[in-house]
Amino acid sequence: MHIHFLDPYQEVSSPIHRTDPRVKLVLSLAFILTTALIPIGAWPIYILLVAIIFSAAILSSVGIIYVLKRAVLAFPFMLAALPLVFTTPGLPFYSLNIGPWELTMTLAGVTRFISIALKSWISVQAAILLTATTPFPDLLVAMRAVRVPRLIVAIFGLMWRYLFVLADEALRLIRARAARSGDSGITGFNSGGSFTWRAQTAGGMAGNLFIRSLERSDRIYVAMLSRGYDGEVRTMPLPEMKVSNWIVLIVGGMILSLLVIFSYLVVG
Amino acid sequence: MLFSPTALHIPDGFLSVLLSIVLWVISMTIVAYALRRVGKDLGERQVPLMGLLAAGIFAGQMLNFTVIGGTSGHLMGAAIATILMGPWAAILIMTSVVSIQALVFQDGGLLVLGANIFNMAIVGVTVAYMAYRTVILIAGKKKTGVLIAGFMAAWLSIEIAALSVAIQLAISNTSPANLAIPAMAGVHALIGIGEGLITVGALAFLLSARPDLLQQSEAPQVGSKMVWLVGLLVAVSLVIASPLASTNPDGLEWVAMQNGFLVSAQEPMYRIIPDYLYPGISNEALATIVAGILGIVIVFGVSIGVAYTRRNRQTSDG
Repeated sequence: MHIHFLDPYQEVSSPIHRTDPRVKLVLSLAFILTTALIPIGAWPIYILLVAIIFSAAILSSVGIIYVLKRAVLAFPFMLAALPLVFTTPGLPFYSLNIGPWELTMTLAGVTRFISIALKSWISVQAAILLTATTPFPDLLVAMRAVRVPRLIVAIFGLMWRYLFVLADEALRLIRARAARSGDSGITGFNSGGSFTWRAQTAGGMAGNLFIRSLERSDRIYVAMLSRGYDGEVRTMPLPEMKVSNWIVLIVGGMILSLLVIFSYLVVG
Repeated sequence: MLFSPTALHIPDGFLSVLLSIVLWVISMTIVAYALRRVGKDLGERQVPLMGLLAAGIFAGQMLNFTVIGGTSGHLMGAAIATILMGPWAAILIMTSVVSIQALVFQDGGLLVLGANIFNMAIVGVTVAYMAYRTVILIAGKKKTGVLIAGFMAAWLSIEIAALSVAIQLAISNTSPANLAIPAMAGVHALIGIGEGLITVGALAFLLSARPDLLQQSEAPQVGSKMVWLVGLLVAVSLVIASPLASTNPDGLEWVAMQNGFLVSAQEPMYRIIPDYLYPGISNEALATIVAGILGIVIVFGVSIGVAYTRRNRQTSDG
């Protein structure tokens, strides 16, 4: 089994896939920033944001279902905001009796929790769409264009390239451990041991993985040297931005700015 | 979820914009310095070594071991990277891990990536370094000393990073301090034990397989005293601030209020048209419902419209 299925990029052709990665990166970040700037309880604006992201998902041919499935990732963290329902001061709304405690939900609290959850859910969809429609090397180019330090981009690039190789190594270690951990059903002939023993085995695997990455990096370094690497990371010059991409960028930016202004005008 | 052993990756929407930007600036400054520092030490080996070790730590986070029933112990890796590669390199390695998790796997948000780098790569690494050095100084460089130091470094880095997350959530008013701080501290005190045990296992393995690696990391690096001090300051201030904040949330509420000034400063602007929110409808609840229905119609209208044109295009293509 190889771990390539982890790569979230969806290879299909769509207008969103063809958009310049720089435009996509900047607009996704701007979209997430916009979502964060919208005040609590600005429901109409949230609905517009959902409309934008759903439309983009359809337009990208990746599909709403795919995006929604992956967006489930954002749910567990929402528990952190759940207590707000009871602790935010405001109009009492509903009382829960759990044993000796009486928890009072307030309208302000419910509004706040739902807003945070919605914002988080909308933002994660933007990030999912970005990675589903942009191959990672293109994303690296985009990062360079927005002035992320060259060396960090180079490190990200190399990390990405070997991520799947090392994840495969980790899977092999896990499979080998599973193969040695059978239960024979006969007393005295079971593998495994105490809690600390199991932790130590996992630790040994981690150490093993560390040495393998270290030694692989040495081999890669030598291979890079033999191809003329001198410490300078050279990359292809960034391609010119097409006029249509500039238009998408500017119009997108304007729509998002208008949404922020609108949200403050409409929702007090 | 697959790669998220701890609740330390904050998603977008959970931190205030101001706090996210402040933490971005702090993180970027420290990462830029670490890039220069590591570049001086490693030279042209920097890129392959950092990239591969970041991939290795990422893959290492897949390793787990059964604790009881369905729960399992995982690895975050800040401590082991710090112990073996020194603090500066570890900051770069963890920054790469956290960034790729956010960029590719949506494990943690993008606007809050600066905060996640701050919590895991900067707090995690400096605290791990401080704990490791301190325990080594007391317990000695023999095997037991190294293993105890490794456990403490791993446990403390997780615990303090969790406190940092909880306080950021409380400042942003997305989780109440008196619940978030004890909950995060309690859960991660347990998760930290798993991290500590795996780290000890890894160190024990490396001590027998490649003792040269640990000796090599013994050489003091430039600026390591500063890292130690920063780690101590971070740990002490968070440990002191947390119980204060959770028993006495007024202080944090004050910070949150200061934070909210950015928003409240705009209040006059939207009071210009208070009565024109939903023209013709006087009942506020009714207005909201109407707006909601309108909104849903808009969502469906736009989405279906896009889908329809898209389908037409595809059929004409084929």
